[in-house]
Amino acid sequence: MIATISANPTHATPPTKLGRKVRFRIKRCEGPGKPSTWNTYTVTIDQKGANVISCLQQIAANPVTVEGTRTTPVVWDSGCLEEVCGACTMVINGKVRQSCSALIDHLAPNEGDEISLEPMSKFPVIRDLSVDRQRMFHNLARLKAWVPIDGTYALGGGPKESPEAQETRYALSTCMTCGCCLEACPQFNLETDASKWDSSFVGAQAISQARLFNMHETGKELAPARLDALMGPGGVSDCGNSQNCVKVCPKHIPLTESIAAVGRAVTLHAITKFFRG
Amino acid sequence: MAAAGNQRVIVVGGGLAGLAATVRIAESGLAVDLFSVVPVKRSHSVCAQGGINACNEVARQQGYSEYEHFDETIYGGDFLADQHPVLEMANWAPKIIDLLDRMGVPFNRTSEGYRDLRLFGGSLFKRTHFAGATTGQQLIYALDEQTRRYESEGKVTKYEFWEFLWPVIEDGRAVGIVAQDMRTMQIRAFRADAVVMATGGCGLVYGKSTNSIICTGAAAARCYQAGVHYGNPEMIQVHPTAIPGADKLRLMSESARGEGGRVWVPRKKGDMRAPRDIPDAERYYFLEERYPKYGNIVPRDIATREIFSICVDDGLGVSGENQVYLDLTHRDPDYLKRKLEGILEIYEKFAGEDPYRNPMKIFPAVHYSMGGLWTTFTPGSYNPAQARHKHKSGSPAPIDAKVGQGMQLGAINNAMTNIEGLYAFGEVNFAYHGANRLGANALLSCLFDGLFCGVSVANYVRNAAPSKAPAESLPAAAYERVTQQEEAKVKNLLSTVNQGNYDEKTNAYVIHRELGVEMTTACTVVKSDARLRQCQSKLGELKGRYANVKLGDAAGWTNQSLSFARAVGDMLLVADAIALGSLERKESRGAHYRTDYKDRDDANFMKTTLASLKPETRDVSVQFVPIDASLILPEARTYGKVAADATSAAKQPVAAGV
Ligand SMILES: Cc1cc2nc3c(=O)[nH]c(=O)nc-3n(C[C@H](O)[C@H](O)[C@H](O)COP(=O)(O)OP(=O)(O)OC[C@H]3O[C@@H](n4cnc5c(N)ncnc54)[C@H](O)[C@@H]3O)c2cc1C
Ligand code: SF4
Ligand code: SF4
Ligand code: FES
Repeated sequence: MIATISANPTHATPPTKLGRKVRFRIKRCEGPGKPSTWNTYTVTIDQKGANVISCLQQIAANPVTVEGTRTTPVVWDSGCLEEVCGACTMVINGKVRQSCSALIDHLAPNEGDEISLEPMSKFPVIRDLSVDRQRMFHNLARLKAWVPIDGTYALGGGPKESPEAQETRYALSTCMTCGCCLEACPQFNLETDASKWDSSFVGAQAISQARLFNMHETGKELAPARLDALMGPGGVSDCGNSQNCVKVCPKHIPLTESIAAVGRAVTLHAITKFFRG
Repeated sequence: MAAAGNQRVIVVGGGLAGLAATVRIAESGLAVDLFSVVPVKRSHSVCAQGGINACNEVARQQGYSEYEHFDETIYGGDFLADQHPVLEMANWAPKIIDLLDRMGVPFNRTSEGYRDLRLFGGSLFKRTHFAGATTGQQLIYALDEQTRRYESEGKVTKYEFWEFLWPVIEDGRAVGIVAQDMRTMQIRAFRADAVVMATGGCGLVYGKSTNSIICTGAAAARCYQAGVHYGNPEMIQVHPTAIPGADKLRLMSESARGEGGRVWVPRKKGDMRAPRDIPDAERYYFLEERYPKYGNIVPRDIATREIFSICVDDGLGVSGENQVYLDLTHRDPDYLKRKLEGILEIYEKFAGEDPYRNPMKIFPAVHYSMGGLWTTFTPGSYNPAQARHKHKSGSPAPIDAKVGQGMQLGAINNAMTNIEGLYAFGEVNFAYHGANRLGANALLSCLFDGLFCGVSVANYVRNAAPSKAPAESLPAAAYERVTQQEEAKVKNLLSTVNQGNYDEKTNAYVIHRELGVEMTTACTVVKSDARLRQCQSKLGELKGRYANVKLGDAAGWTNQSLSFARAVGDMLLVADAIALGSLERKESRGAHYRTDYKDRDDANFMKTTLASLKPETRDVSVQFVPIDASLILPEARTYGKVAADATSAAKQPVAAGV
């Protein structure tokens, strides 16, 4: 379940029943090309505020399955533990999300409840729940997602900006490269061959970043190059408009708005190019 | 600019400090190899919420100045920081904000389109710039983008998911590092003409803290074992307001107080009424009552100790537990949403309660390390005949800010450790914050190190290093020796897998958990001789157990247990230094508060604690070395505290520095 956060939440966390046992069914894989298996572990919830990460930590200290077999500790990625770095993304009970903000009280409020954990499927598995998301960073380079400043010497401030423009850019700029939008996208597929990345669909995350930099006074300078890249194969026209991306984005980034805006810009760009020859 | 031969610089760490250094050094034409255990964009710096300080035009016209920012930082740090570097940092701050602005950081705006400002602890002026409630994330993204740009141009090579293991030091000079690929587990040496450590803080030594899970301090500990001095290890900042959690203590940013948040407890012990039902007169706004001038925005160490004493000594914690209210419910929800949405969302998400309608429940948590690798500097041109008295807030500054007043720009020893060519930038640098860091000054010090001291690194490589053999021409022996040392360590650890059954005593995770609990109890808000000695003997026990640590994973691919177990050994040594520094510093200053030495003792301890490791015994020793206090005279640090109200006057602890 993906908890939607509003200023006035309608859901409250159920009270913690300390001491209850929760089962974790975890998809394991020893490395690229190796087969996947499932292990199930039991974790006793002995602290308030337990989340998937705190349970994985408990399992790591003593990884014994429900059958009593000692296994290797489960491998997973994490960093900030407060849903701002994007590292800990995985598929929890069938839904892609961050494991640090996945509270056990929400997912498994009762004795014996089970939670399943799987790695994302659109990125190559490194080991267990850890995947390789280098392609997302590659796509940022592909779209020149930066402001081409003249260097770091003191040259005064940046352009003035209205609060409205700032708010729009800020919202886009909170993207933490987590990959949820890509995992959920029917048009974005696993591609292990890096040489094919430049012609495969870039996905909502990178398109939205292109919009972010095209909006900035100085960032605009590279807009033609960004739009060129988004005109070609794997560009914005590969989006099938299913809107899955926007539904799973933990930062509530208006991805479909970005896709529409970039789509329009690409069309205009194509027309201009056509007339200029 | 032409590339300078084959000279290279290694930057270890891709947080704000490491990325700023990378961009600056790459821009100067030197090749940079950038190492990080996570993709740099996911570094701990993303966690910073509140903002970044700098003098600005609005504050300036109200009487604020770079000089006052400098003065606040020295006073806030309880006169422990070397003063010249702090002056330079404050002078540079406005330039740094301008640069970030040009890079596209979406700083909040006023209706006219200028950068908006907020109030933060330790100042009476609005001087904190912010981007929503995720300033650190926004700043590091801007630097990440510039780094990616240089990477695309071939000027920077990233080694992400590579762990720094040891510096290569030849003839007293850093000439490279040995690192391990965290996927293939390959260990290899990298050559460089200078090495910049920008590996952040050490919150994990305390088990749970506000830090990211990667902030083990192991990288710094490895340099320290290789002979680098560690400065002020005992200066650990405990943030007053965090949300207790099972895996981490999540920060509730100081900006919640800056935007009007009020800290209170029910006046009556054991009052179990819902906060809403407690009338104003029956609420004890203890910070406002005790510090009428600064109220809720007193600096962190003071707020922390007051909250701690309200709960632990007075037993006034909410619901009888160790927690107090941080209340924003009197503020307009739309305003809050605009200014604080990000952090309030964190509370809602992790505490499961609505902070717009219910006061938040918070308690102090370990947050930041003022201490770190000890570094040097060349003082700048401002050298008054006599140190001045504390600056009167809002009065004209004695000097106009100019480059080079505090530190000499480009001097090769700026931010260099005692090992030539080995630099420390950002949180891992012990400089600037003294005994207590002011809110929103850390991001500044990270960027300042990268941008200002980055020039020193480039100069060192260009002008000083060439008189010695360039790293690329050095014999392989030095590199092989360190590589073999690290391979042997790994082999040793891996050989313990499957030796006997699961045993709590030799389990790295259990040792780490016990370490965290011990350090949190003995080395945070209040310390004492007896408790610290007890802590030292516990550390001795843990080290003994660690010597027989057993791993649960023999894999030669993405072996996280190996990495973690190795880091636990390093954390134990950082803990040793923290404990000994705490014990030897027989005074109270800033974040360091001794119940048995409640006063600040400038004659004996207005000095840097210099910790070093005796290589033979691996024991820590500390000495106290003089600081540069040539600009501002020390004075009592009271923040205008008045006597507490009658009900708690008797139990009122003496504020540090009084
Ligand atoms: C919750 C929170 C909120 C904060 N809010 C503010 C704020 O509002 N304002 C403010 O000024 N400060 C704030 N701070 C403090 C500030 O965020 C940090 O001090 C600062 O971000 C540290 O940056 P850094 O570049 O030194 O290190 P980090 O960002 O911690 O980066 C360390 C880097 O080193 C790498 N690394 C570590 N070990 C190794 C190794 N062995 N091998 C290779 N790489 C390694 C990591 O991968 C990472 O890239 C906050 C801190 C926290 C915890
Ligand atoms: S709208 Fe486009 S990008 Fe988003 S999920 Fe659908 S196909 Fe993918
Ligand atoms: S757009 Fe949203 S879902 Fe996609 S990577 Fe960014 S934060 Fe994650
Ligand atoms: S650990 Fe950073 S998003 Fe979960």
